Amino acid sequence: MITRILPQLFRHIFSRAATNLFPAAHMPPSLTDALSDPDSPPNPTVPVGKRFRGRLNYDRSKCIGCKLCVRVCPAHATDYLAEEKKIIIHNDRCCFCAQCTEVCPVKCLSMSSQFMISSYDRKANIVTGA
Amino acid sequence: MSTTYTVPIGPVHVGLKEPVTAWLDLEGERIVGAKIRPGAIHRGIEFMARERNPIQVIYLSERICGICSFSHVIAFIRAIEDLAGLKVPPRAQYIRTLVLELERVHSHLLWAGVACYTIGFDSAFHLGMQMRERVMDVLELLTGNRVNYGVATFGGVRWDVTPELAKAMREMIRYYRREFTPFREIVMADPVAQARMRNVGVLTRDEAVRYSAVGPTARASGLRVDLRKSSPYEAYADIPVEPVVPQDYFGAAHGDVLDRFAVRVLEVYQSLDIMDAALDGLPEGPYVAEPNVNKVLASLKKAEGTGWGIIEAPRGDDTHIVSLKGGDDNVFWWKVRAPTYANAVSWPLMFRGNELADAPLIINSIDPCISCMERMMVTDGGGDPLIVTKTELLERCRRKTFDLGSGIRTKGAGTGGLEGGTTK
Repeated sequence: MITRILPQLFRHIFSRAATNLFPAAHMPPSLTDALSDPDSPPNPTVPVGKRFRGRLNYDRSKCIGCKLCVRVCPAHATDYLAEEKKIIIHNDRCCFCAQCTEVCPVKCLSMSSQFMISSYDRKANIVTGA
Repeated sequence: MSTTYTVPIGPVHVGLKEPVTAWLDLEGERIVGAKIRPGAIHRGIEFMARERNPIQVIYLSERICGICSFSHVIAFIRAIEDLAGLKVPPRAQYIRTLVLELERVHSHLLWAGVACYTIGFDSAFHLGMQMRERVMDVLELLTGNRVNYGVATFGGVRWDVTPELAKAMREMIRYYRREFTPFREIVMADPVAQARMRNVGVLTRDEAVRYSAVGPTARASGLRVDLRKSSPYEAYADIPVEPVVPQDYFGAAHGDVLDRFAVRVLEVYQSLDIMDAALDGLPEGPYVAEPNVNKVLASLKKAEGTGWGIIEAPRGDDTHIVSLKGGDDNVFWWKVRAPTYANAVSWPLMFRGNELADAPLIINSIDPCISCMERMMVTDGGGDPLIVTKTELLERCRRKTFDLGSGIRTKGAGTGGLEGGTTK
C-alpha cells in the first residue's frame, strides 16, 4: 500500500546509502596492485571482522614439514615439497576454511585479512613463504 | 479446437537463480501440463568425498549449497557423530542452533526479496536485501565469513559466542523486530502483490501429503510438519518450536504462493524468538569435545558403520547418510537428500491452470536449490538422453548400494539407523 511504503521512502531519501563504493573507479588489471598504488588512493573498504579468514600467510622458516596441513586441506591447495620438507600454497584453490591454521603444530600458517586477491596471474597466487 | 504448444522455461532464464528446465504445455497463455527436466548442474560432490577424509568433507558439504550451507554441514556432521558415537557439549549445541536460525533468517529474507523481484516489486526487493545485510554482518562477526562459515566441526563448533557477539545478536534481533513488520505489511497488504500471489501455484493439503512436500512448502499447504518439533536435534529439545501454518494466522490455508510467502515471513519472527531463547539459555562449558583435529581423525579412521543426520533446513528436511569403513581414512559413501528434491515433484501440480507469466514465480515459490537437488546423473556413454522411472531408479540405486559393499548391512541398517539418527 502506498500509505505503508511512503514512510519508508522518506526515510531512505534522508538516510545514508546502504551500499558502499567499489574500491577502484574502474576494474584494474590487478586489484591488489591498484590498492597499493599511492597515486590513486582507493575508496575505503568496509573493515572485516576479527575472525575474518582471508589470504593465507606462511612462515617458511618455522615450518617443520609435518604434512598435517596437506592432510586436512579440503581443496588440495597445499603442495608438499619432499626435498625441502616445506609446502607451497596455491591461494587460488584455497577455500578459506582455516583448518590448516588450526591443525598446524608450530603455527606457521595464519589467515590474513586480505580479501581482494583475484588476479590474472596464477603464479602470483602461490605462497612460497620465502 | 485449441492447439497445445510446448515452451521451455530454462535452463537459463532471467527469472531463475539456478539452471533447471520446465517444459510447459500451453493452451494460449494457460499452462495445461508441465515436465521438469533437471540435469544441468550436477557436480559429483559425493564422488569427490570418496577421496577425502571426514574433516575435509565438512568443507565440501558446505559447498553443496551457498544459502543453506550450514544445514548441510550440520546434517553431515550429525551423521558422522551418529555413526562414531561422538558427544557434543551443550554449549556447542546451542551455538549450532543459533547459527542454524541465523541462516534461516537470511535464507528467508533473501527468498522474500527475490519473490518480490519476481513479481516486479523492486522497492520491496531492495528493502528486503538491505535488511538482510544485518544478519549477514552478524554471521560475519560470529564465523568470520559471510557464506560458507566453516564454524562446525565434529563434536562441537570451532568458534565461541563471546559476550560482545551475544550483544550484537541481541541488537540484531531488536532491529528485525522493529524493521521487519513494515516490510511484511508493505508486501502482504499490497493489492498488486496479493493479485499476483493469491491462488497462484496452488498445492492442496492432500496433494502435499501425496507428493511428500517438505518444509515451508508443506506448511503453506496446511501440514503441521517441522523436524524441529517432531524429532528435535541440537538445542531444539530445550526450545519449543511450533510449526508455522497459515490456518493459525489467517483462518485457512490456501497452499498458494502468498501462503508460502506468509509462512516464510512468519518463520523469521519464530527464528528471532528461538535465537532469543538460545541466547538466554546458552550453557557454560566447552564448545568442542575434542579440539585436537588429529585425534578426531584418528578416532574416525577406526569408526565403521552407517550414520544418519536429518535436520530442518530453511527449505525443508535435509538428510545425509554417511558410511565409513574401519581402517580407511576417507568417506566410504555419502548420500544427500536435499529438500528441493522432495518439493520439485510438486511443481507440475502447482503449474496447472496458471498463466505462463506466473511460471518463474511458481518455480521460485518453493525456494528451489537446484545445486542441492542434483545428486546423481546417469551416463551410459552414448549420446541419447535416458529417462529412468522411479521404480527403475530405486532398483538401480539399491543395486549400486549393494555393490558398494557391506556398508548397508552393518550397524544402522534400515530403520535402525533412522532411529539412531533422530533420537539424540
